[in-house]
Amino acid sequence: MSRAPATGARSRRAAGAFFLGPGLIFTIVFVVVPVLLVLSYTVFDRGRFGGIQYTFNLDNFSRAFEPTFRKVLVSSLGIAAAATVIALAIGYPVAYAIAKLPERWRSLVLVLVVIPFWTNFLIRTYAWMVLLNTQGVLNDVLVKLGLVDERLDLLYTKGAVIVGLVYVYLPLMILPIYASVARLDNELPEASADLGASKFTTFRRVTLPLSLPGVITGCIFVFVPSLGNFVVPELLGGGKTVMVGNLVRDQFLKARDWPFGATLALIMVVLLVALFVIQSLVSRRYAVDSRR
Amino acid sequence: MSAAKTASRAARRPAKRQGLGLLWIPLIGCLLFLYIPIATVVVLSFNSGRSALNLKGFSLRWYPELFSDADLGHALVNTLLVATGAMVFSTVLGTMLAVGLVRYRRSTALDTMAMAPAILPDLVLAIGLLSFFTWVGFTLGLTTVMIAHAAFGTAFVVAVVRARLVQLDGSLEEASQDLGAGWFTTFWRVTLPSIAPAVLAGALLSFTLSLDEFVIAFFTNGPNSPTLPIEIYSRVRFGITPEINALATILLLVSIIAVVAGALALRRTDKTDD
Amino acid sequence: MTEALLQVRGVRAEYGDVKALRGVDLDVADNEFFALLGPSGCGKSTLLRSLAGFEDPSDGTVTLVGEDLLAQPAHRRPVNMMFQSYALFPHLSVEKNIGYGPARAGLSKKETAERVAEVISTVGLDGLARRRPSQLSGGQRQRVALARAVVNRPRLLLLDEPLSALDRNVRAQMQLELKRLQHEVGIAFLVVTHDQEEALSMADRVAVMNEGLVQQIATPQELYRNPVNRFVAEFIGRSNVFEGTASPDGLVLPGHAGVLPGNGEGGYLVVRPEDVVLGEPGTDRLAKAPTLAGRVLETQFSGGSTAIAVAIDGVPTASGQPVLVTQQGFTTVRRGDDVTVSWTADNGRIVA
Repeated sequence: MSRAPATGARSRRAAGAFFLGPGLIFTIVFVVVPVLLVLSYTVFDRGRFGGIQYTFNLDNFSRAFEPTFRKVLVSSLGIAAAATVIALAIGYPVAYAIAKLPERWRSLVLVLVVIPFWTNFLIRTYAWMVLLNTQGVLNDVLVKLGLVDERLDLLYTKGAVIVGLVYVYLPLMILPIYASVARLDNELPEASADLGASKFTTFRRVTLPLSLPGVITGCIFVFVPSLGNFVVPELLGGGKTVMVGNLVRDQFLKARDWPFGATLALIMVVLLVALFVIQSLVSRRYAVDSRR
Repeated sequence: MSAAKTASRAARRPAKRQGLGLLWIPLIGCLLFLYIPIATVVVLSFNSGRSALNLKGFSLRWYPELFSDADLGHALVNTLLVATGAMVFSTVLGTMLAVGLVRYRRSTALDTMAMAPAILPDLVLAIGLLSFFTWVGFTLGLTTVMIAHAAFGTAFVVAVVRARLVQLDGSLEEASQDLGAGWFTTFWRVTLPSIAPAVLAGALLSFTLSLDEFVIAFFTNGPNSPTLPIEIYSRVRFGITPEINALATILLLVSIIAVVAGALALRRTDKTDD
Repeated sequence: MTEALLQVRGVRAEYGDVKALRGVDLDVADNEFFALLGPSGCGKSTLLRSLAGFEDPSDGTVTLVGEDLLAQPAHRRPVNMMFQSYALFPHLSVEKNIGYGPARAGLSKKETAERVAEVISTVGLDGLARRRPSQLSGGQRQRVALARAVVNRPRLLLLDEPLSALDRNVRAQMQLELKRLQHEVGIAFLVVTHDQEEALSMADRVAVMNEGLVQQIATPQELYRNPVNRFVAEFIGRSNVFEGTASPDGLVLPGHAGVLPGNGEGGYLVVRPEDVVLGEPGTDRLAKAPTLAGRVLETQFSGGSTAIAVAIDGVPTASGQPVLVTQQGFTTVRRGDDVTVSWTADNGRIVA
């Protein structure tokens, strides 16, 4: 009994190569290699006239944890975290509210939430520059209403940066939570009520845990871009509030110390990876498909 | 009736008329929060005075100034070129990649690699590409931005096409082979027509992302051919002007049209699917 | 005797630890309606897909009209398949669906159109040529799937559970349709099904499969009358099975004197319900005459016949179920009656 020659398998392999080949090669060359390349710079030095001096050392890392830079890293984490928390505080009730709306209104409100998101984020950040300006509308209103005696310097503060980040990324918090809440079987809260739980308890013990995956996704969608953002801190924070993103950008485009910039970026990536790991651990614990 | 259908029927049954109650407050508050800043800018763009901040009267004077701004015009053209090129490359590569990943080789490693640009922070991708292009000796310019956006867009095309491909009945492709079509003919005549809406959606997504993309473009572009976001950034850094207010209003309008058109198109395809 | 159209020899299929096919041999003759019958997991679908070219067996040969079938990729085999889900191309009309195969084979537009028109009439789809699959009923879609396969004039047509998706009433009708079509197009049909009634009513010959092996290949009548082992006996039709040791007189039950009447070699005695005779109580038990005493548990009238379940004292059937007796028309016994059951040695088959 002879073994059948696998001509079917041979043509499958050719087909597989045809489909996967170009895309993978492109991705490897223009994504994987560049990222690995820049991360490899972390162990080298800046050359005398810009460029790279390929002598292996770990000075960049010790430098990154010096007080000046460490402060920036910590402050960035704080700002990104603050933005995330505020976005969550606003986003969860809004997402929940949208899920409770009758069908007709839901699409409308979702469209309203999405429109700002599809507007260029530079423009959206700019809008706050206009709004918060000392001579701007917000100050006008505050003064006219007699809430303050003189105009406030709202712009170029840490608070302005946080508000800006929340503003830019809020839709990214709302949508995943909405998706999560909307998918919940209506009968679960009904069953909870039937078993004697008050509205609040039902929310706390049924709705909230089951919507947790959406919450986590939303938090990631806000935290990650916030941490690496340099536009918002620059436009709304002026030179005073500096985040990791600004440092990286300055090292690459001004100081031309690419290895050091890469080191800062690497630290940022490590922080994010740690977050992802925590997220997947937590979501595995709460991974209940409520649509039985 | 399948369990999933019963469950979704239950989920769609309207719950007892419980109103939103207190939830109206965060909802309205949020919408106000989202729109007041933009609305302020829009209103101020019709300022007859020279200030970008204080409204004097109504006038359209800033719009003609905007349209005659040559630099903005160039930046817009650059952006459209880059977006079109990136869209074409990412759609072709992304669609083929999606087919390969779903039908030919299932591997988490390859999946992660394909989706990497969407997961990594754009700053990391930006400095990576800058380093790469410099190392290889590629002059920075619109081409490098287009390549960068294509790499970035491919991940999103893969995600969109893949979602549709996974829902497709595998026996269609088997039937095609059974009837005498080789793998390429099967792809061309059966698979592609079936995923066409997803490919289109991916292409549009890629185009839009490229239009709006700032960070990667900023790092990989040369000094002479700014894209629109880069141009906006340069101007905004130096402060607010009524001209930018007008630009912001136009961009908002474009966004509104795009989102509404997209939502209507989506509703129509939902209906035909049934 | 002419050489068989399809010859399958020693085909094995293994996926990791799972052995889907463990050495299958069978022949299908030209113009034959052949069925592969078995429970789910028996390997029949794997065998079908291997013949179509969608799976690669790990060993064995398959020849079609003398040529090595396994050497060719799916799209070049002179074999066509009717898929369980029909797999009609949703973006193509009925005539474009049917014309797909001929177009791939390089036929001219004129010839394709001719062939398509011919087949459309044969299967009874006149007037529906321009419609899309989504605009057709289940029965119509099935005809399109069939038409699409036969238009290519394959030597062998494979059908994967062709009737499982249909409503009951349509099914009986389609069974006749399929047989008629098979005769009309003159192609060998190989049908895979788990429904024994379907296989027995449509096929010229049936291969019963279980756990990756062919248990028996025979005509429906032969399978029913002379099952070769316990599995086939229980899978085809209903039967009463007793477990014991064979002896010249019949089956010896462990722990009992006396013998259940039967002929053959093996450890199981099989008696069909219609061969079991009910009698008055009072006749002696096993020891003397070949009868068993019991009590009627239930009777069930279903149109042409009555099924009677009898619990036999002290003699368990192999499955633990009561003994099943069927009688034509009505019966006089009632629930709770004491009865005896018996059968002739010829009707008791002892099998492996």
